[in-house]
Amino acid sequence: MASSGSISAGAHGDPTRRDFLFVASGAMAAVGAIATAWPFINNLNPAADTLALSSVEVNVKPIAVGQAITVKWRGKPVFIRHRTPEEIKEAEDVKLSELPDPETDNARVTDTAKKVRPEWLIVVGVCTHLGCVPLGTKPGDPRGEYGGWFCPCHGSQYDTSGRIRKGPAPKNLAVPDYLFSSDSLVKIG
Amino acid sequence: MASQHGAPPVFNNRVVAWIDHRLPIFSYIEKEYHTFPTPKNFNYFWNFGAIATVMLVLMIVTGIVLAMNYQPNSELAFASVERIMRDVPSGWLMRYMHMTGASFFFAAVYIHIFRGLYYGSYKAPRELLWILGVVILLLMMATAFLGYVLPWGQMSFWGATVITNLFSAIPVVGDSVVTWLWGGFAVDNPTLNRFFALHYLLPFIIVAVVALHVVALHVHGSNNPLGIDPKGPQDTVPFHPYYTMKDGFGLTIFLIIYAGFVFFAPNWLGEPVNYVQANPLVTPNEIVPEWYLLPFYAILRSIPDKLGGVIAMFGSIAILFVLPWLDTSRVRSCTFRPIYKWFVFVLVIDVLVLGYCGAHPPEGGFVIASRLATIYYFFHFLVLLPILGKIERPLPLPPSIADAVLKKKAV
Repeated sequence: MASSGSISAGAHGDPTRRDFLFVASGAMAAVGAIATAWPFINNLNPAADTLALSSVEVNVKPIAVGQAITVKWRGKPVFIRHRTPEEIKEAEDVKLSELPDPETDNARVTDTAKKVRPEWLIVVGVCTHLGCVPLGTKPGDPRGEYGGWFCPCHGSQYDTSGRIRKGPAPKNLAVPDYLFSSDSLVKIG
Repeated sequence: MASQHGAPPVFNNRVVAWIDHRLPIFSYIEKEYHTFPTPKNFNYFWNFGAIATVMLVLMIVTGIVLAMNYQPNSELAFASVERIMRDVPSGWLMRYMHMTGASFFFAAVYIHIFRGLYYGSYKAPRELLWILGVVILLLMMATAFLGYVLPWGQMSFWGATVITNLFSAIPVVGDSVVTWLWGGFAVDNPTLNRFFALHYLLPFIIVAVVALHVVALHVHGSNNPLGIDPKGPQDTVPFHPYYTMKDGFGLTIFLIIYAGFVFFAPNWLGEPVNYVQANPLVTPNEIVPEWYLLPFYAILRSIPDKLGGVIAMFGSIAILFVLPWLDTSRVRSCTFRPIYKWFVFVLVIDVLVLGYCGAHPPEGGFVIASRLATIYYFFHFLVLLPILGKIERPLPLPPSIADAVLKKKAV
């Protein structure tokens, strides 16, 4: 800034009052620009009515062992699977070192009250690759090599704990916050 | 009005003269579209800039009338498009012109890009002209994607889901970006609303960038099939009537083919599953974009890593920005590049292979083919182009355009 010569430079090239005013007003303008930009970006965030639809209650009593259902939560499918003892064992026996996204089965079947219910697996039915709905919930669906879910879009395969085992997806199927208020009633979200 | 060899035009009409003295639009049109000296040796590849411009105008006009009947609401959108098709007078024609028009707009632009690649139109001093063109291509892709979501069919919804999820691969801010795109927890009504707003906006930004593209073009004038600069009046003809006529003829042929599709095969280029209303709980068996995005989709899927795939896909277009500096040969036209000439066609075949792979599920041979084709795509730009420019011995360039044209006639 001192480059504009005798007008702005002090006697010994020191910053002058004018330099100070340039920097101070420039900094204020930058802060103002950011402060103005924020409401425009924030405007893109979910609105209050969208956020209000954020939980759903499900009666899981009618789901037989080995069966799974899909419920809609926040516009997305959630899979609720009543796992068989073999499926639970298979999920628990996997070594963590074999998993691309290591997570124990126990941690994935714990509700927000820290109660573990290995027979109930509740995961968001959205492939962590590019957001397709994996197959494997309906009877007769292909369930992939690991007996969980198979995403038809780009071939990701999930195990009986909804963990990614093979394919391009980077992460396990997400486990939403859920709470069993009784043995048959679960609140998701 | 009359104008001879660069002298400022004299307007006989007093109203025109009055306006021109204050706002020289008539002088501008006279200078840039009438007397503008243009190489005399254009072939029909030089039609496609004008054709693309006409398609852009056509897309905007049909789009505006469609917007008057379209409802950007997830409950109403699908039915409103069907209403346009069945109940709105000439609505079917407007919609078919718009959706087929998108394909033909891309076709024209891809041929235009091929022309640029083959005849070296991106080389000095036209680098910025080329870069503005790549910006237009990116804006077109964004606009086409946003527009494809609006009918709210199954492919609209799932295409939107897959493409918006691409941004979640960005480290740190990815998830926030996706939420900002969605306005919720998934692709839903807020997403459709903002996509409609952006789909209406972007074409006008494209118009602005096209204007810059044309301004940059008129600084040094068009390249030509020989790739050598015009050396004087003997090498050029005035833009009007020579190229207005040639463009008009090419445009007519193009529009006849386009009209053939609009009237006889409007859905031939589309996906039937998009006539099923969007269902967030059921993914279609296969998610495929429109044909003009297939090669890039194949590149995305060929990389077995999410972030890597996204980088490769955007990289495949971003690489075009630096093309003028990757090509080390000083000869523009492939007519005089005996080796590189063939590799341009290999690249075209490579992109077609990618497109073919992109249309098929990523299994077996398609995975291998799309990986090889992706590798070759980047090999072409990053290795072949820089090296070939150094080792290839170009054929002797003709002394001037007029010379080459007259010699050809004599033979």
